[in-house]
Amino acid sequence: MKSEANTQTMGDSNLPLEGTHTPLDRDIILATQSGLPLVAEPYQQIADQLGVDVSVIKERLTAMQQDGRIRRIGAVPNHYKLGYTGNGMSVWDVPDDQIQALGEMVGNLSFVSHCYHRPRFLPDWTYNLFAMVHGRNRDEVFEKAKQIEELLGEHCRAHDILFSTRILKKTGIRIGA
Amino acid sequence: MSDITELDELDKKIINELQRDFPVCDHPFAVAAEQLGTTQENLIARVKRLMDEKILTRFGPLFNADRFGGGLSLCAIAVPEEDFDAVTEKVNAFPQVAHNYQRDHELNMWFVLATETPAELDETLEAIEAGTGLMVRNMPKLQEFYVGLHFEI
Repeated sequence: MKSEANTQTMGDSNLPLEGTHTPLDRDIILATQSGLPLVAEPYQQIADQLGVDVSVIKERLTAMQQDGRIRRIGAVPNHYKLGYTGNGMSVWDVPDDQIQALGEMVGNLSFVSHCYHRPRFLPDWTYNLFAMVHGRNRDEVFEKAKQIEELLGEHCRAHDILFSTRILKKTGIRIGA
Repeated sequence: MSDITELDELDKKIINELQRDFPVCDHPFAVAAEQLGTTQENLIARVKRLMDEKILTRFGPLFNADRFGGGLSLCAIAVPEEDFDAVTEKVNAFPQVAHNYQRDHELNMWFVLATETPAELDETLEAIEAGTGLMVRNMPKLQEFYVGLHFEI
């Protein structure tokens, strides 16, 4: 099942806040990027903290959801703790002139969490389509990659799966620090 | 350390349901609790517990990092095995490196760079190359087809 989720964490390095943000948006982002307060009226608590009416907070959050600055509001599970320990970055060499349709098709698969078009580095890195695949173990990831391969059919010229063997750093991205 | 076997049916329903859109209204936990067949108080207590046990890593708005005007890219380096730890230390020392993973490929180091400006991204790439003596492959996304994942349990 898919939903508009984002598994990207917001942690410690810095991204700026652009001119498109109102100062209030900036304050709301800073107040909520580590999470919503776990209280009956979380938006009221943020409003009190920022000294504005709660209706303004709700209106700005809705606006940021609509313009895509907020992907969604909700929970991010630790997928390792839910038993999804097989996580592979599958990479595919597909024709550039087909990538739009193929990328959308692969991105729609339930087990793909991120799907991007990225540049090739010829001659040795021919892959231009990246799809993160999650499974309960490596075999499940291989099986799911097989489904992608079948879906791409003749358009798949080469592919590989890169499993992570170690997390070297995971501080995440922090906005407007 | 908790794992999935210790979660009861309500925990699982909460984890599944709260990965969808959490409402923006005066009493969002009450609205979500009604859908889950529990009370607001119980839902809040359960979410606190799931956060404490690190079964949930976040609860709140998820921001789209590339809507904020900075530089953002996925980069890869082919690091000689014998130098891996030393190179890891050098690369991780850059605060612009947000995530870094070792992967089982000749390109064995993959990291995300996030910078305040696009120009800073290029400068950081050059500094990493100068510091490590290794070529960094810069693979910024050209297009996003999908971001998100719903872990149904």
